[in-house]
Amino acid sequence: MTDIAPTPGSVLLDEGYVAPRGIWAATVRFLRRQPVGTIGIVIVVIFGFAGLFAEWIAPYNPTANDFAAMTEAPSWAHWLGTDQLGRDILSRILFGARTAFIVGLTSAVIGGFSGLILGVGSAYFGGRIDLFLQRINDIVMSFPLIIMALAVVSIFGTGVHNVIVAITIPLIPRCQRVVRSSALSIRNVPYVDAARALGYSHSRIIMAHMVPNVVAPFLIMLTSFVGQAILAEASLSYLGLGVQEPVPAWGLMLQGGAEEYASTAPWIAIFPGLAIMLTVFGINLFGDALRDVLDPKLRER
Amino acid sequence: MHRYIVNRILLVIPTLLGAAALVFILMRLIPGDICLVRLGSGGTSFTESALAACHAEIGIDRPWWLQFVDFIWGLVRFDFGTSMWSGKPVVEEIATRFPVSLEVAILATVIAVSIAIPLGTISALKQNTWIDLVVRTFSIAGIATPAFWLGILSILFVLDITQAISGHPWMPSIDYVPLWRDPIRNLSIVMLPAITVGYRYCAVSMRMTRSAMLEVLREDYIRTARAKGLLEKVIVNRHALKNALLPVVTVIGLEFAFLIGGLVVTEQVFNLNGIGRLMVLSVQNQDYTLTQALVMLVVTIAILSNLVVDMVYAWLDPRISLK
Repeated sequence: MTDIAPTPGSVLLDEGYVAPRGIWAATVRFLRRQPVGTIGIVIVVIFGFAGLFAEWIAPYNPTANDFAAMTEAPSWAHWLGTDQLGRDILSRILFGARTAFIVGLTSAVIGGFSGLILGVGSAYFGGRIDLFLQRINDIVMSFPLIIMALAVVSIFGTGVHNVIVAITIPLIPRCQRVVRSSALSIRNVPYVDAARALGYSHSRIIMAHMVPNVVAPFLIMLTSFVGQAILAEASLSYLGLGVQEPVPAWGLMLQGGAEEYASTAPWIAIFPGLAIMLTVFGINLFGDALRDVLDPKLRER
Repeated sequence: MHRYIVNRILLVIPTLLGAAALVFILMRLIPGDICLVRLGSGGTSFTESALAACHAEIGIDRPWWLQFVDFIWGLVRFDFGTSMWSGKPVVEEIATRFPVSLEVAILATVIAVSIAIPLGTISALKQNTWIDLVVRTFSIAGIATPAFWLGILSILFVLDITQAISGHPWMPSIDYVPLWRDPIRNLSIVMLPAITVGYRYCAVSMRMTRSAMLEVLREDYIRTARAKGLLEKVIVNRHALKNALLPVVTVIGLEFAFLIGGLVVTEQVFNLNGIGRLMVLSVQNQDYTLTQALVMLVVTIAILSNLVVDMVYAWLDPRISLK
């Protein structure tokens, strides 16, 4: 680990490295320096594309039953085989990617940004507000993610929208805690004091001076949230308490038939799970690479 | 040190109370009248008096604060009411299923930790070699693999293996037998679920061990120990590992709560009759008294395991309690 004092407001960089101007240069640099992270991006982009353009890519209608071709093994006609109701598994996985990303991204973004605002606000105002928010945080954090999600589902019911709500709520305090602890360290730096002395409004100081400083840990967390949310959605759907038929979802594809036909038609069980695993794996690889780039303290590990 | 412990234990009480309040609020956010659902599900028509009787039985005709006090008082006395689905006391429903879940959880922890710490250490010592690469891939994959899928795959695997060996597929029975009565049968039931649910646990602890170990190995006192010519074994075991284990302990404790969440899904895969499966059933059946008791149970376990982590942490690193 190199001992360079972090200058607030700038990202710590390698020696002799000139900061790339613009997001494009930064992206190219990331791709060149982080081969493993690039693999992650490629995996995520493939599945993201699949979800976006499922209508055009998918060879079959994901909900259409073909009773002449039930539990068929992978073949040229059905690349990944068909399930017990004669539905094409590849098509269902492609459409399932859409569900996974919609739930994953929406929950992560809403949960993440709510946590960001609460975390920075809590650190900035301090005092009673901070104490109050942190106690609430402790309480919500004591609910394991899936348990909280189950409790929320038991209130609002199942379906895509409710699943998003159920997964978003437990993500908020998890983000809040990390953001708050990094925001605390810059609460009393001179330029924040200066901004206060100049009479800037609270929201201006928070948005312009504090938020940029917590962007690194925030982005790293946001990435991991997407993976966690996709896993949580799959678990809920598998339990029958998440996304409901006929919406194609990976967790749902593993429900019921997958176990029953495990020995006679293993492809029903294998491919949807593989899709979940690969997507989350890709997101995690990308997240790790992002952490290496944004958090120099952890570099070389 | 003692003051820290006392303070820390006292802090558990408001958190538990807060969690109870949250559960209480959540369960009352359920739209509609619970009694209408209950009476309506029977398919028979009901009278106003039956509705009022049901309200009185659950106690929702009283002011909310009285209900809350009653709820808390019930929790203190381990009286969670009766299940709205089976009509049996909630405590009884939970007590018969708790041992299975507990055994799987403990076994998973033991397996996970006993693999994670040595492998994580080796991975850090041999950084950037093929061993390191294998261990890291194994652990990143573990965080990405859904427990229920791993469960299905392991069932598939067992079926195929037994088919290949004996000619017909075999699966361990799902009727739980206590460990002391028939250890072999008991282990054959809980082993697969424990491995399935423990994989993620193992992966996360392994990652933490590796990165903590890498950090510690760069410290000055390790260099000093090397300069003194100490055996590598002594440096690793006595000097490095002891300090590296601090963050690992935190992760093990935090992940224990995650493990309970994982059980919810895993028990479903293996048809294990534990509290995780009971929770899914209670949500499906809209059995609110059972759901709130189970959520409270899980949250209490999570809060207590956090407490244990902080205690162990203070014991391992006395500086913590001085802050």
